[in-house]
Amino acid sequence: MRPDTTRKMDLVCPAGSLPALKTAIDNGADCVYMGFRDDTNARNFAGLNFDLANAKEGVRYAHAKGKKVLLALNTFPQASGWQRWTKAIDNAADIGIDAVILADPGLMQYAIKNHPNLRLHLSVQGSATNHEAINFYHEMFGIQRAVLPRVLALAQVEQLMEHTPVEIELFGFGGLCVMVEGRCSLSSYATGESPNTCGVCSPPKAVRWQQTAKGLESRLNGILIDRYSEDENAGYPTLCKGRFDVSGETYYAIEEPTSLNTLELLPELMRLGISAIKIEGRQRSPAYVGQVTKVWREAMDSCYRSPQAYSVKPAWMADLGSISEGQQHTLGAYYRPWK
Amino acid sequence: MKLALGPILYYWDRDTMFKFYDEVAASPVDIVYIGETVCSRRYLLRLQDYLSVAEKLAEAGKEVVLSTQTLIESESDLKTLRKIAGNEKFKVEANDMGAVRLVANKIPFVAGSTLNVYNPQTLDMLIGMGASRWVMPVEMSRETLVSLLGSCQPGIETEVFAYGRLPLAFSARCFTARHHNLQKDDCQFRCLDYKDGLTLKTREGQPFLNLNGIQTQSALVHNLIGELDSLQSAGVDVVRVSPQGEHTIQILQLFRDCMEQRLSAEQALEQIGKLMPEASCNGYWHGKPGLEFIRSSNSSRVAA
Repeated sequence: MRPDTTRKMDLVCPAGSLPALKTAIDNGADCVYMGFRDDTNARNFAGLNFDLANAKEGVRYAHAKGKKVLLALNTFPQASGWQRWTKAIDNAADIGIDAVILADPGLMQYAIKNHPNLRLHLSVQGSATNHEAINFYHEMFGIQRAVLPRVLALAQVEQLMEHTPVEIELFGFGGLCVMVEGRCSLSSYATGESPNTCGVCSPPKAVRWQQTAKGLESRLNGILIDRYSEDENAGYPTLCKGRFDVSGETYYAIEEPTSLNTLELLPELMRLGISAIKIEGRQRSPAYVGQVTKVWREAMDSCYRSPQAYSVKPAWMADLGSISEGQQHTLGAYYRPWK
Repeated sequence: MKLALGPILYYWDRDTMFKFYDEVAASPVDIVYIGETVCSRRYLLRLQDYLSVAEKLAEAGKEVVLSTQTLIESESDLKTLRKIAGNEKFKVEANDMGAVRLVANKIPFVAGSTLNVYNPQTLDMLIGMGASRWVMPVEMSRETLVSLLGSCQPGIETEVFAYGRLPLAFSARCFTARHHNLQKDDCQFRCLDYKDGLTLKTREGQPFLNLNGIQTQSALVHNLIGELDSLQSAGVDVVRVSPQGEHTIQILQLFRDCMEQRLSAEQALEQIGKLMPEASCNGYWHGKPGLEFIRSSNSSRVAA
């Protein structure tokens, strides 16, 4: 399949709250994505997300400015709570959500049966890393876009796109999952709650900070994730980003606390015909969302004006660097040697 | 209930693999899953080799299932997948929806645990496509399983991962290569040095995870040998033992003895303890964090 490179990529920005949604749109997002205030989405954090009234207002605000709203319903419904997820689908259709982002096949089936006009996106939590998997969801449920897990090198993305009519959305910036999304149970192993079942990873309620003689310790359900000396900045104890001991060597055995940043890949993403770039961070503040959206809007506009002359401006990197996790950036798996 | 042996999740040398499967052929196991499910760089056994192992196991009376790779990234991964899906003799365990697409409505298949079946609606869909068995997600509890089986169509077998280090996560990155400061494309096949993976401990020495190439496992050994009654009454048809570097055949024998009530759960737990690379956990089955160990007879928690 030849991707449509004449259509501009959507900038898809996170909205953890109504103020964040408005800020994202005011700073140049083409789409925002949000979740309801429960375990139907993979950012189920206290104080975050939308009740129905807020969601309606968000849709009204976005549509008035010609922008779109996507709703993440990307956890896997458990047998006992099924109606919570189907109700969320019904609500999404009722309030005019532009697309729902789903991971569970059972829920996709419900959506096409009950709301045939509702547009479906395959969530990154659906773990589709190859065109056979994406085409499966396309044939079965008519999904129109797939968000790819952060595991493929760009050459692999390109190859995948040659074999599917489904639009492709890539993560461009923000927190970096090292594991294939949807196939990571590390969090439930440590705490009982995982992204698939509860919409959380390394949940805040399991986190404890403790100042000790050896330094500041961060623990998750009692498990020591990291220990910081006085001259180090302490980070949130996401369990795959701690320092551990492997064969007597202590290091970031899985991943450093870095953020994904693909600004330098923009001309390449454009050439490939990627449909949308996703910014991670629904758990972030409106100020963060505004800042990131503004930089990415500028960068994308600059790239479309003149892909050959495009280069990453140091000011953009400085702006993004000041707000990123660990203040380090990586191209992640898009850059093959990262693997 | 039937007893199954999962695919070898580690990278062992060719002779060790063949010798292992000779022993498996003579062991008291009903079903054997074979194939490389973790990393496409592990080349010492090719599909052709697995097929010849499959033939031998089938001759020994075992039901053989070919397991597909969990993380499919490249065209060459897909090429292998298509060959497995196109084999006309053996059942296939589909571990990715791409594999499901290739086997659906063509051959009976086993829906692997990484397909993320969490509700009866999704399971019914897979039954409709020809799934004859499914393996529940490792993090699922007994309570959730019972609730799911209570409202899905009949006619599918349920399998549970009942013994072994839990396959918890998959990545594009190879953590074994990373440990050796190597890139994955030049990993020098270091996984060959770790027949049970590479244990990751916290900085206070608690065994936490186990690095196995691109797969991250639990350091503790998920062990449901003390829960066989609970598995059976929940509607489980098949219990899976995952191969480890040593003593796998003895572990299969203990499961068999326990299933046929030649050993009590207490005796089996005590005997299996001497054969394990690390202590037991079973929290998932009880709806708790996976690393906990719950002694089921009196429901009191004990240290693992």
